[in-house]
Amino acid sequence: MNTEIDINTFYSEMKNENVILSYKGDISQELISALYPIIENRLEEEVDDQKRRKKIFHVLVECLQNVLHHMETFRSSAEFELMKGNVSGQFMMTRRGDGGYNIFTGNFILNKNFNVLKERIDKVNSMDSNELKAFYLGSLSTSELSEKGGAGLGIIDMARKSENKLEYKIHQLSDVYSFFTLAVKIN
Amino acid sequence: MEENLIIEGTNKTPVIKFYYENGSIEISGKSIPENSIGFYQPIYSWIDNYATKPSPKTEIKINLEYFNTSSSKCLLDILRKFESIKKAGKSDIEVLWHYEADDEDMMEAGDDYNSLVDLTFRLIKV
Repeated sequence: MNTEIDINTFYSEMKNENVILSYKGDISQELISALYPIIENRLEEEVDDQKRRKKIFHVLVECLQNVLHHMETFRSSAEFELMKGNVSGQFMMTRRGDGGYNIFTGNFILNKNFNVLKERIDKVNSMDSNELKAFYLGSLSTSELSEKGGAGLGIIDMARKSENKLEYKIHQLSDVYSFFTLAVKIN
Repeated sequence: MEENLIIEGTNKTPVIKFYYENGSIEISGKSIPENSIGFYQPIYSWIDNYATKPSPKTEIKINLEYFNTSSSKCLLDILRKFESIKKAGKSDIEVLWHYEADDEDMMEAGDDYNSLVDLTFRLIKV
């Protein structure tokens, strides 16, 4: 695996940031459940303002569940077998020099699923806060929740709560799959 | 069967206190499970049963610290079930949506639901 293709590439483009929390490895439901209290403790220590702390935690939960959703989809693919399970997801939370926070996630994604995700992020990024609210409410009231929980609302919610554009990169690794990195900025 | 539904909270699922007889319904704490349908299914069933013979007055207290998007859909489904009970003229229903004073996101979430269902909402700052 090309070690250049990971979240650190994304991170290294950002200047003056302190890493608060970082994880690389298998991401499972059990893992992220175990992480919640750890993350909440770290946020308690790190972020004085309760309002901002709640916002960060909220966005972080959505980000982790998004990674988990993609990991589970990828895990059931033939490609996963070929990679002999050597598939890790990543996330990192940093404090920027300007006092804001960034959340980075990285995960493998099948190319066939990529366009839907890309279109959704691009659409969300083109909207202002009122349009995002309307899009969220529309999606909430019409969407069916899949067994895996993804109703496509996560991306809209990340943009709405973070009040910033979502930044992403796709590193195509083969005809079948890519590595997807997402950065969500919170002021 | 007019049984109450009581579920203890965890660090990712809320406290559920649904009292059949007096129509007192409470969802509070955190709701961030990965599989929210799994958690909320028994609650849907309880409400379906409640709908057959509801209390003349139903008070739904929602006091959530966090909820994820997967839970947001389930919350809407729950409120829609109560909306049907109201529309059938079986119970006066009021939603008491609680939010912490500085939590504008949670206040807005209350507004969001208020715009999606035909139920009386009271936004309560705590």
